[in-house]
Amino acid sequence: MIRKLTLLAAAGMLAVSPALAADKVKIGYVTTITTPAGVIGKDVVDAVNLALKDIGGKMAGLPVELFMEDDGFKPAIGKQKTDKLVKQNKVDFVAGYLWSHVLLASRKSALDAGKFLISANAGPSQIAGKLCHENFFSTSWQNDQTPMAMGEVLNQKGVKSLYVMAPNYAAGKNMVAGVERTFKGKIIGKDLTKWGKDAQLDFSAELAKAKASGAEGIFIFYPGKAGGAFIKQYEQAGLRGKIPLYSVFTVDSIALPKLQKAKMDGVMGSVMTQFWAPDLDTPQNKKFVSGFKKAFGRYPSFYAAQAYDSIYLIKSAVEAVGGDMTNMDGMRAAMVAATFPSVRGEFTYGNNHFPIQNFYSREVVEDADGVWTTAIRKVILKDHQDPYAKDCKM
Amino acid sequence: MDWTLFVTQMLNGLQLGVLLFLLASGLTLIFGVMDFVNLAHGSLYMVGAYFCASLTDFTGSFVLAVLLALPLTALVGLAVEFIVIRRLYARDHLDHVLATFGLILCFDTAVQFLWGPEGMAIALPAVLDGQVEILPEIVFPTFRLLIIAVGLVVALGLYVVVTRTRAGMLIRAGASNRTMVAALGIDIQRLFALVFAAGSAMAGLAGMMIAPITEASIGMGNEIIIIAFVVIIIGGIGSIKGAFVAAVLVGLIDTMGRSFLDTLLKVVVSDQNAETAAPALSAMLIYILMAAILAFQPQGLFPPKGR
Repeated sequence: MIRKLTLLAAAGMLAVSPALAADKVKIGYVTTITTPAGVIGKDVVDAVNLALKDIGGKMAGLPVELFMEDDGFKPAIGKQKTDKLVKQNKVDFVAGYLWSHVLLASRKSALDAGKFLISANAGPSQIAGKLCHENFFSTSWQNDQTPMAMGEVLNQKGVKSLYVMAPNYAAGKNMVAGVERTFKGKIIGKDLTKWGKDAQLDFSAELAKAKASGAEGIFIFYPGKAGGAFIKQYEQAGLRGKIPLYSVFTVDSIALPKLQKAKMDGVMGSVMTQFWAPDLDTPQNKKFVSGFKKAFGRYPSFYAAQAYDSIYLIKSAVEAVGGDMTNMDGMRAAMVAATFPSVRGEFTYGNNHFPIQNFYSREVVEDADGVWTTAIRKVILKDHQDPYAKDCKM
Repeated sequence: MDWTLFVTQMLNGLQLGVLLFLLASGLTLIFGVMDFVNLAHGSLYMVGAYFCASLTDFTGSFVLAVLLALPLTALVGLAVEFIVIRRLYARDHLDHVLATFGLILCFDTAVQFLWGPEGMAIALPAVLDGQVEILPEIVFPTFRLLIIAVGLVVALGLYVVVTRTRAGMLIRAGASNRTMVAALGIDIQRLFALVFAAGSAMAGLAGMMIAPITEASIGMGNEIIIIAFVVIIIGGIGSIKGAFVAAVLVGLIDTMGRSFLDTLLKVVVSDQNAETAAPALSAMLIYILMAAILAFQPQGLFPPKGR
């Protein structure tokens, strides 16, 4: 009799428990897996899987189910995949997004459905400012910040005139705006080149213009394979030593192995700014970089670092509410507190949920094994907040 | 506008033009002689680049790699012709488009399997990696000069073959009236296979020439093939001369648009609008040119005789 009662009670609990808490944490991840930009997505996928492995595949004791989607480098497809994750897979978190235009197209699909949206890369000015949202979080930066740091570097180096090149899309324009915001010299030439699936990769005409302009420096933003192509052509055009190269999000651990293979040693010593580098001295970063190198045999890129952080951010939210994902306020408060172990060390979130963090100058160096990588030189902007935060009414 | 920049940009335009010619010449022959729409022509451009990248790694010499990759790419072309294309000649153009679009997907996936998604860089020998001073104050990358030279040599070689040899005579005859050529007892099957292999090798050569500048990557041919179609439509389908003139025209217009359009636009509209509009407009220029030429010369600039 007693046994029967216990069974009944157990059955009753089983029937009730799904209503109290979900039985797993569903995370939707949107990145670029196909197209040549898929090489970046590969780093993201690897980092997400590594993070899930490092947390034992569980958050607050619940198993994590991951839905990885490919945006095909297109805003329309990114939005479609976000809709699918929200409506069909009923995920609790939508994360990822490499590209600002894809994130801008997808944001409503996730936010209107009442989901958390976590950008692990794209940081368009709109979402930092007027379009900010309580359920949006970034584990990266706002687009303008890194080039703003670069503007400071240029001022410190006494560069008087600059030639600027970037792809013609949301982030490209933010990058240009960022460097213009802090750079005190004169911008004597600017090219915005075609971007997207059929992005321009041959910069012969633009390089000839830059050379003829007589600028004291050239500032570029070319993520992914365009960066490697640009640097090769910069070398081949003989601009090295004539117009020093200052880049953001261009020389990274995706471009460097190819540049090393093509013996483009002109990239050695070229200056860039970033919030992170593989050698950044924080406990979480040491764990991440050594784990990534061990698992995949290569250096992680900053894309990978941000993706790794995004999983830990989600974990901190789920654990703060003991796995009860109906408690949105509790999860949001936990994320705002930014208590998770980040690869960048301790930081705080601004009112627009973008990190307030340091930006460093980095240089390309050869590591002990002869592999090209980047190393932190010094802090350029300390605890820096993006300039759009004031437009965010939150 | 200073003249050194202008001359440099003319050379850049010419370099893009001859590269397009390498791609378009094969396309125009296959389209003109065999009446076959080959969307997968760009895949052979990619295959050539990947062969060259791997062989450069393997042999350590870019030049040797190009010499080895050329016949390999031609062989791939022959195999594709034998396995797939041969069955499609009798079908209409829509079937050609469908089948060769399928081929593109097969090629892209095969390359991803064999070489991975990350693309391959090609190291150039030091002698090609520098610059030369052509005229005082005009310094031009050596490798881009080499591309111009290779393109011009191929163009000249093709001209000689097409106008001075028996095979060339058959190609010209095929472009004008392929039924008549077959009726006269020419082995049209063999001629087609030969043209396809040669076209593949030239597309591959174009890929080998661009890969050291950008890199070998998946789908690299899928965008440029559209421009190659524009070139052959402007030039007149089936005409080598047309392909050459149109390719150089398109190369120059594209480069000049990218170089000077923003300066021109700034005279009319605000700086910020000019900066954003110029790249979009310069990407459109070649299509505007195509539309304009088609309006006056629907057959293209140099249509083959007898059509």
